[in-house]
Amino acid sequence: MSLLDVRSVSKSFRGLRAVHDVSFAVPEGEIHAVIGPNGAGKTTTFNMIAGVYAPDQGAITFAGRPIHGLRADEICAAGIGRTFQIVKPFAGLSVLDNVMVGAFLRERHARAARALAASIVERLGLGAKRDLPAASLTLPERKRLEVARALATRPKLLLLDEVMAGLRPTECDQMVGVFRELNRTDGTTILLIEHVMRAVMALAQHIVVLHHGEVIARGAPQEVVRNPAVLECYLGEETEV
Amino acid sequence: MSRSSVALAVLAMVLALFPFFAGNYALSVATLILYFAYTGQAWNVMMGFAGQLSLGHALYVGVGAYAAGALFFYYGIGPWAGLWLAMALCVAFGLVIGFLAFRFGISGVYFALLTIAFAEFTRIGFDHLAFTGGPGGMFLRVAQRDTWDLANFRGPPLMYYYAMLALTAAAFAFCTWLLRSKAGYYWQAIREDEEAARALGINAFRWKLLAVAISAAMTAISGVFFAFYYNNLFPEQIFNISRSIEIILGPVIGGVGTLFGPVLGAAVLTLLSDGITEALAAFGLDIPGIKQVFYGVVLLGVVMFLPNGIWPAIARRLRL
Repeated sequence: MSLLDVRSVSKSFRGLRAVHDVSFAVPEGEIHAVIGPNGAGKTTTFNMIAGVYAPDQGAITFAGRPIHGLRADEICAAGIGRTFQIVKPFAGLSVLDNVMVGAFLRERHARAARALAASIVERLGLGAKRDLPAASLTLPERKRLEVARALATRPKLLLLDEVMAGLRPTECDQMVGVFRELNRTDGTTILLIEHVMRAVMALAQHIVVLHHGEVIARGAPQEVVRNPAVLECYLGEETEV
Repeated sequence: MSRSSVALAVLAMVLALFPFFAGNYALSVATLILYFAYTGQAWNVMMGFAGQLSLGHALYVGVGAYAAGALFFYYGIGPWAGLWLAMALCVAFGLVIGFLAFRFGISGVYFALLTIAFAEFTRIGFDHLAFTGGPGGMFLRVAQRDTWDLANFRGPPLMYYYAMLALTAAAFAFCTWLLRSKAGYYWQAIREDEEAARALGINAFRWKLLAVAISAAMTAISGVFFAFYYNNLFPEQIFNISRSIEIILGPVIGGVGTLFGPVLGAAVLTLLSDGITEALAAFGLDIPGIKQVFYGVVLLGVVMFLPNGIWPAIARRLRL
């Protein structure tokens, strides 16, 4: 059974059709990716899953339970953690405190939340910076903080919104390693929206391609990157995968 | 023990022994400082911790004062019972304001305006409320100044000083605990970025209401103290917006969101205000409004050079 099931969702903004009749499913324990050119409706789809806004039509179920129309905090409590494309650190709080905020979802007491947060901070390689204010972090570190915070809520499904953007290839590979390990050891299901094909090809078992708000291709990564429609609208000559 | 707990213990000792060295005037100034420190701490829960700017905290002082005052005035019920009514009413007011604002997405400056509006229309309401004496005010029987009547909270200035000291210490401890608990973390997350906070499973609406309720309940106690310390209540004075501003100046100057900022800010401002009066008198300057000018210039200096308040700068220096 699929952990996440997105069925025929549509969303318009003042007549602009951002997403139209998009369906896909993410089975438990897998890593899937959504790709597509800018304005394809990736982030809109993502935001509907994360509860930022409800779809106009269609249904989204998570672990067998309908979640479309729930608030963002309810979606998170249901077991979906997310990152933001434009990072949103709690700038005035320390790195550890940032992650503790997430940890409090499943841990009532500060001591337990701190222990959970500390282990996640280590895991993402932010241990040396844990007591510094989040405002002092570099962009790659902020991206990792986004992931750490989301992980602290102990999600069954992790939604990653362009966490690789702006990272150097080595940093990107490091992140890929983190997600692989997370998927393997914790069994966390991952859905990523990503432009960086290097990461998509390394991580995803299945790719959905959006264009103008519709699904134009789907399948295993090797098939999708050879699909003429995908090459034309998105990958183009940039097929250095 | 850490440096900061040693410093805190020394400060507590000094404040506890202070009346043995101080005269009546110094004692009344100290009581006023503690009153502002306590009330500032209460305001800080809402703004400093949860990021919700209230410019109408005089509302809770006034409602608290009138609730406990009226019970005493009409029924002879002492403040220990009146306290609960005061807190319940203030929490109710706070929840109504919070519900309206947070349900309909009123935030930032507009939220602040809403708090002013509620304080103002409550003031006008009390002006027309005959039960509490309307604009003519309500007067509690003046205290017996020589015996400690704790049940009715009547007594010498020393009693009020210690009561305010106990309240300030309790509020400090309570806020320290709050800030280190789940609530404190959630409020700060909401203050820093509400959308990110929601994405981490935080029901921002509920947690913001909790901040307002706690802040209102704490401020209600300020009101009860005010009623029994000053013994006369006028809507025009107690609900006045300048009172609300007075409450927030301490934490703003001391350091919004810090635990010690409200205490330090209250001390600096009260001493500054009295100091300016004394100094001007000593120089024989008697120009109307000159005190306010000096006061304003000093505030301007603090805001310009220490935009995060005095306390963070001092804490860094002392490594506390």
